[in-house]
Amino acid sequence: MTDFLQRFGRSWLSMVERLGRATLFLLHILGALFSLVKRPSLLVRQLHSTGVMTLSIVLVSGLFVGMVLALQAYNTLIDFGQENRVGTLVALTLVRELGPVVTGLLFAGRAGSALTAEIGLMKATEQLSGLEMMAVDPYKRVFAPRFLAAFLALPMLAAMFSAVGVMGGHLVGVEVLGVDAAAYWSQMQNATSFTSDVCNGLIKGLVFGFVVAWIAIFEGADCIPTSEGVSSATTRTVVYSSLAILGLDFLLTAVMF
Amino acid sequence: MSEDGSTLVRIRDLHFFRGSKHIFRGLNLDIPRGKVTTILGPSGTGKTTLLKMIGGQLKASQGGITVDGLDVGKLKRSALYELRKRLGMLFQSGALLTDLSVFDNVAYPLREHTDLPESLISHLVLMRLHAVGLRGARDLAPAELSGGMARRAALARALVFDPMMIMYDEPFTGQDPISMGVLLELIQTVNGALGLTSLIVSHDLKESLSISDYAVIISEGVVVEAGSPDQLENSDSPWVQQFLHGMPDGPVPFQAPAPDYQTDLFGQQSQVAGQPVAGAAR
Amino acid sequence: MNSRAIEVLVGLFMLLFLGAMFVLAMKVSNLTSFTSTSGYTLVAKFENVGGLKPRAPVAASGVKVGEVSDITYDPETFEASVTLTIDNRFSDAFPLDTTASIYTAGLLGEQYIGLDPGAEEDMLQDSDEISLTQSAIVLERLIGQVLFSRSGGS
Ligand SMILES: Nc1ncnc2c1ncn2[C@@H]1O[C@H](COP(=O)(O)OP(=O)(O)O)[C@@H](O)[C@H]1O
Ligand SMILES: [Mg+2]
Repeated sequence: MTDFLQRFGRSWLSMVERLGRATLFLLHILGALFSLVKRPSLLVRQLHSTGVMTLSIVLVSGLFVGMVLALQAYNTLIDFGQENRVGTLVALTLVRELGPVVTGLLFAGRAGSALTAEIGLMKATEQLSGLEMMAVDPYKRVFAPRFLAAFLALPMLAAMFSAVGVMGGHLVGVEVLGVDAAAYWSQMQNATSFTSDVCNGLIKGLVFGFVVAWIAIFEGADCIPTSEGVSSATTRTVVYSSLAILGLDFLLTAVMF
Repeated sequence: MSEDGSTLVRIRDLHFFRGSKHIFRGLNLDIPRGKVTTILGPSGTGKTTLLKMIGGQLKASQGGITVDGLDVGKLKRSALYELRKRLGMLFQSGALLTDLSVFDNVAYPLREHTDLPESLISHLVLMRLHAVGLRGARDLAPAELSGGMARRAALARALVFDPMMIMYDEPFTGQDPISMGVLLELIQTVNGALGLTSLIVSHDLKESLSISDYAVIISEGVVVEAGSPDQLENSDSPWVQQFLHGMPDGPVPFQAPAPDYQTDLFGQQSQVAGQPVAGAAR
Repeated sequence: MNSRAIEVLVGLFMLLFLGAMFVLAMKVSNLTSFTSTSGYTLVAKFENVGGLKPRAPVAASGVKVGEVSDITYDPETFEASVTLTIDNRFSDAFPLDTTASIYTAGLLGEQYIGLDPGAEEDMLQDSDEISLTQSAIVLERLIGQVLFSRSGGS
């Protein structure tokens, strides 16, 4: 029993220690963000490897999620003779919830894991130490551009996800199931507010982007520099990011809507 | 501490911990200016750690390191970065940036730290690449290089800023005889031609001793022997003899610390006999 | 990949994002439809607004001309005071004796305000009050009335 308590206490302590390390790491990155003003090309390169590389999976998923939503909404609403409101349901679900959340989960799996693996490998192959020995600050040249790119790319991808999803909903709802096109769009417009729905969705995306970027880069920089170390850090990134996204989504929804 | 001009790196009473592991326990070492010094020691003694401490990446828990009169542990960040520009380090794996070509890797420190025009950078880079024999490989990605070529490219990068000292971390490990010869030749010419100080960390004895002016053997966190290669060769310390001649058993035991063999065997046997099912399941 | 190709791709990425934001702002949400800044306001007092909500549409002859921007309770008249924001395209379009009524779209649908223009020469201007109003039909009250008149008649 004491043995168990001891182990429990120790693992708890090491978790707290890790959190502290992650926080200091984050502050260090935030302090290094200014250096990007002089080197925007670094940011562009990272927007490519986080944003552009995740684009296709996000667009395809968005289209299908929108189509499924329209189908489900239609099947339920037709019983109340309210099938004109398919657009409302599709848009609100996407803009408020599924856009940021599903994009966040996809992003953690695609871009977050790649970030962790890349940084972990840079550590394992001594590239990070090498930069330091060349008097180059890895926080400015490696971590900060990746952090900012991931932070910005996620909400942008979420907006694209929602927009494509609404088109997918139109495809199924209007073209296939025969909902009136004007009703689809006007009901949607009446129920969806730019400030409180679209912008709140964007804010969710920003929060998720921040958290995924933080977790992915920290796990990479903090991993044990061996192949197993990198692979388990990659797994941790996906698991922690997904949990963080879902948990934060609940909190944000409770506060926002 | 008096600074005498012939010593570039001075290490005094160095202590360092990795977690609870006491890696250096009062290390004292002087690295002479303009010479090739080799640090020898078994794997895991902390040779790489020592190089990182000289470069200021890790801080001593006690004692200190001065490089060219500067106390590395106490330098401000900007001063440390200035010092690092004058130090080159060749990592075990080369540590080339994987997303840049060989040319861009060598040009990287110049582009980071200077505003030189691209034509001049190209000139400087090609000179260094020519010196290491990789002018023709400038457009290759690091992944396309052999291990020896990667190290040569990294050497070109370490040289690009005309450093006062280059630290080589196990430059010969895993090299075929030809690239080994090439590297030995390069290290020697670089040291002679540019008049810089070389610090080699290695456990390839013959090769590294053949080009060294001075050698140090580290074990258990302290220097156990130091001197010219000849002096080491003739040392009567059993430890040095074991290390230099690669004898499997000696002061460094062949066996990792373990309980008595007999009781270990006997104890395990009785356990297996007592719990045959559990033993088989495992 | 060379940096030019990367820049082009990232540029396309930004364009896609702007396109998505355009769709979300103009097609999905109400940013195009009348916001309180782009129109003039009218005030209408109702005895009962029923389930009317802010941002409900305001229509004339079935055409959307504005939306409800605010609903409050007026303690002086003991009535609900509803602020309508009408698009500037429809300025000088409603005579002084216009009637504002709360209708329900469909049996369970949302409630909206319908404007029925009167015959006056002068038109309603910004901040004017619509004096002729017809409150929402509240289902419970309607049923109550029917029951009451039934029992009174027998
Ligand atoms: N990042 C690290 N975290 C914890 N321990 C480490 C780390 N790097 C090295 N060590 C430990 O420090 C000791 C010295 O390592 P190192 O300097 O790489 O040895 P060498 O280069 O002589 O083989 C080893 O026992 C190693 O396990
Ligand atoms: Mg080593």
